Amino acid sequence: MVMLGKDLLGIHDLTPDQISLVLDTALSMKEVSAREIKKVPTLRGKTVINLFYEPSTRTRTSFELAGKRLSADVINISAGSSSVVKGETLEDTGRNLQAMNPDLIVLRHASAGAPQLLAKMLPSSIINAGDGAHEHPTQALLDAFTIRERKQTLQGLTVVIAGDITHSRVARSNIDLLLKMGATVRVCGPRTMVPLYIEKMGVTFVPRLEEAIEGADVIMMLRIQMERQRGSLFPSIREYSRFFGLNREKLKHARDDVLIMHPGPVNRGVEISPELLDSPYTIILDQVTNGVAIRMALMYLLIGK
Amino acid sequence: MALLIRNGRVIDPASSTDEVLDLLVDDGTIREIGKDIVAGEGAVADEIDASGLVVAPGLIDIHTHLREPGEEYKETIQTGSLAAAAGGFTSIACMANTKPVNDNAAVTKFIVETAAREACVNVLPVAAITKGLKGEHLAEIGELKETGAVALSDDGKTIASAQVMRLGLEYAKTFSMPVMCHCQDEELSAGGVMNEGIPSTYLGMRGIPPLSEEIIVARDIAISEWVGHPVHIAHVSTAGSVRILREAKARGVRVTAETAPHYFTLTDEAVAGFSTSTKMYPPLRSREDVEAIKEGLRDGTLDVIASDHAPHSTLEKEVEFDKAAFGIIGLETSLALSLELVRDSVLTLSQLLGKMTIQPARVLGLDKGSLRAGADADITIIDPEFEYTVEAHSLQSKSKNTPFLGRQLKGRAVYTIVGGKAAFSLNP
Amino acid sequence: MSEKTLILDKQDIDRTLNRIAHEIWERNRGAEDFVIIGIRRHGVTIAQRLSQKLQEFAGVTIPVGALDINLYRDDLSEIASQPILKKTEIPFSVQDTHIILCDDVLYTGRTVRAALDSLIDMGRPRAIRLAVLLDRGNRELPIQPNYVGKNVNVARDELIEVLLAEDDGIDQVVITKGARNGNAR
Repeated sequence: MVMLGKDLLGIHDLTPDQISLVLDTALSMKEVSAREIKKVPTLRGKTVINLFYEPSTRTRTSFELAGKRLSADVINISAGSSSVVKGETLEDTGRNLQAMNPDLIVLRHASAGAPQLLAKMLPSSIINAGDGAHEHPTQALLDAFTIRERKQTLQGLTVVIAGDITHSRVARSNIDLLLKMGATVRVCGPRTMVPLYIEKMGVTFVPRLEEAIEGADVIMMLRIQMERQRGSLFPSIREYSRFFGLNREKLKHARDDVLIMHPGPVNRGVEISPELLDSPYTIILDQVTNGVAIRMALMYLLIGK
Repeated sequence: MALLIRNGRVIDPASSTDEVLDLLVDDGTIREIGKDIVAGEGAVADEIDASGLVVAPGLIDIHTHLREPGEEYKETIQTGSLAAAAGGFTSIACMANTKPVNDNAAVTKFIVETAAREACVNVLPVAAITKGLKGEHLAEIGELKETGAVALSDDGKTIASAQVMRLGLEYAKTFSMPVMCHCQDEELSAGGVMNEGIPSTYLGMRGIPPLSEEIIVARDIAISEWVGHPVHIAHVSTAGSVRILREAKARGVRVTAETAPHYFTLTDEAVAGFSTSTKMYPPLRSREDVEAIKEGLRDGTLDVIASDHAPHSTLEKEVEFDKAAFGIIGLETSLALSLELVRDSVLTLSQLLGKMTIQPARVLGLDKGSLRAGADADITIIDPEFEYTVEAHSLQSKSKNTPFLGRQLKGRAVYTIVGGKAAFSLNP
Repeated sequence: MSEKTLILDKQDIDRTLNRIAHEIWERNRGAEDFVIIGIRRHGVTIAQRLSQKLQEFAGVTIPVGALDINLYRDDLSEIASQPILKKTEIPFSVQDTHIILCDDVLYTGRTVRAALDSLIDMGRPRAIRLAVLLDRGNRELPIQPNYVGKNVNVARDELIEVLLAEDDGIDQVVITKGARNGNAR
């Protein structure tokens, strides 16, 4: 019998069977989200705390909605509004929250490994909603769900992940998940934004976007952090979008039924040209919809019993 | 009153001695070394039967951080010396990055006087090269030497300016002060928390490239050559540094270097569990680096094994990995971890002890580290077969930040004798 | 060793479902928006067979839906292993419909309670009626079926094992004494 453990800290800890379980469970959750009354009583009486040390509207909202659709009580704590900024350590914050006996803590934190620290300390379940540049497992799961919805399977697909790989937790979790599920992964971006040892993860590094997307089934464009320009990781937005942004011309190299994804929020016209953003290739809004279903599935699997 | 150590396997790397001998100590000095020493009637107050044990010169740690003055909650001169004695060290050189920094005679004097009062081993202050470790203005090196500093180092920081480094070496040369270099290009390693390698790629943590160490090792050797004053490279961690040192030595450059036990025991894969006791500077490196460090020790490129004992409390360590302080304690695990090199046939026991006794003594210009009649009676008696588990509660150090907690170790000091007196004995 | 008694074979099951289909037709003939919804997983199979029979003898096409009640269970914290969710697939609106809710075995009534809650969350049906292949009594909630294939007297430590060809490769209902595993309830 396939089950999840106490926590969801990263794709690293999941087996292919566990990944499939989450994706299958999310199918039911998507059906619930499509109903007129988008609520089931499954987690009535359970408490979910969204503990967000980094600003995030969409991920936090997605978790909040997921909890509420399952009838859990959801509380949001964000860095700006709590003692987090008053110098309390993560450890102390964790212990204080534990005193309120939550069933699940969803943690977003700028430090890699912060969810592991909390999980070791607390009996509550922990979901990693992004830790530094380490993992963002729920994003990878919702991406996989979205791809599977369109392509039926992940096995044998060629997926390109393009952009700032070095600083991307989305890239790391996706690489791990896609490889575990039998896809081929190519990464693309300027060398300044791709770790030196990236190929040791089992992916191919193709620096030029046109070549990278040759015959690709799926292209995941990563968000470019404008402030990285100051660190000279790239010379200018103009140059970046010219060589590493996706547009109709470059897309000719991909398959006709290629899917374009983005973890959002998109810098319109930088990573993806406006005409592609509004084209049927682009399934970014599906990703957002499916995000709620995946997070519902995880909540059910972690604290539903 | 005299102390007679009988039937031990006396290993003195300085004199290439390795045989079962007796050793007579009196009045803080070694009186006699030989077979079947007969002391005068009633002259010997104490006798140690060292059969099956190794009798070595007292171990010298060239690189220790005591946190006094300033951070006594992490370690004091007293607790640090207790940890040293428990680890078999009779002398420790303590780095200057205290609070305030040991960049003036007052701090050096405080350390010397506190150590005389409270420490059970010899404490040798290393003073800063530049004021406040800022890499800008030279400290009062002449006066520091006069007050008791044995060497100079801005350890913890690299002197970013090559010009300041040159001037520091020239000025140190004037006073014949040994200089120890912490090698890290602080721009290349900015924000880094672990080795830049395969594990950092998976963990998404900012890497510290081997390059950031190697570029400064190469620079400091070049400056040293130019100035004509030797440098000692602290905590070498990369294959590239070993190669640069090897080439320099082959060319006849007077450079020495140390590594620490964790750099030949652990790799950066240990970081995967996010344990902050795997975070130190320089960081744990790759398997290839570990092998190169061992080869460097074997072929003599690396002269010294140092602990880089860096105590931190739970305040600095029980936090997110990237927010945790760099450094681990090492005085009480150095010897056992280094003995692994002997069991792995990397070094002979005599070679190993040389890197923990006479070699560090030579780097610092100390008249210590050797067993001969007339020398200070700093002696470490080692049971190489003694097995034990590293446990927090049995560590003498005030801080417990070591990745080796729970590890099964083999070999330890059973007597640590400083100036003829037992500073530590396993079964008192 | 557990002791097994066959209580319905292939023919019995077919005859029973046939009778239920006729009863349903008699009472619902002419009703608009008449649908059958099965509770996963055997309830769905039974719903499909009933719909097929109605098609055959009455020539009407009755839509069939599949309901997974696990998200509405009241015993998630008590059961040994967490149920695997299957999708609820009701490809029509339940608003103002007459629903025939199907399951294989009616026992405590808790599954039906969950199904009712779930259906009511999807809209306001005009009526919900319950059809079951077997009623084994021992109800814990005030729920009664409208259509029953067979009433069986089964002790609490006995299990009823329903096997249907579409799901299990064979049509039969067996009572097992002392067994506590498998497909039984």
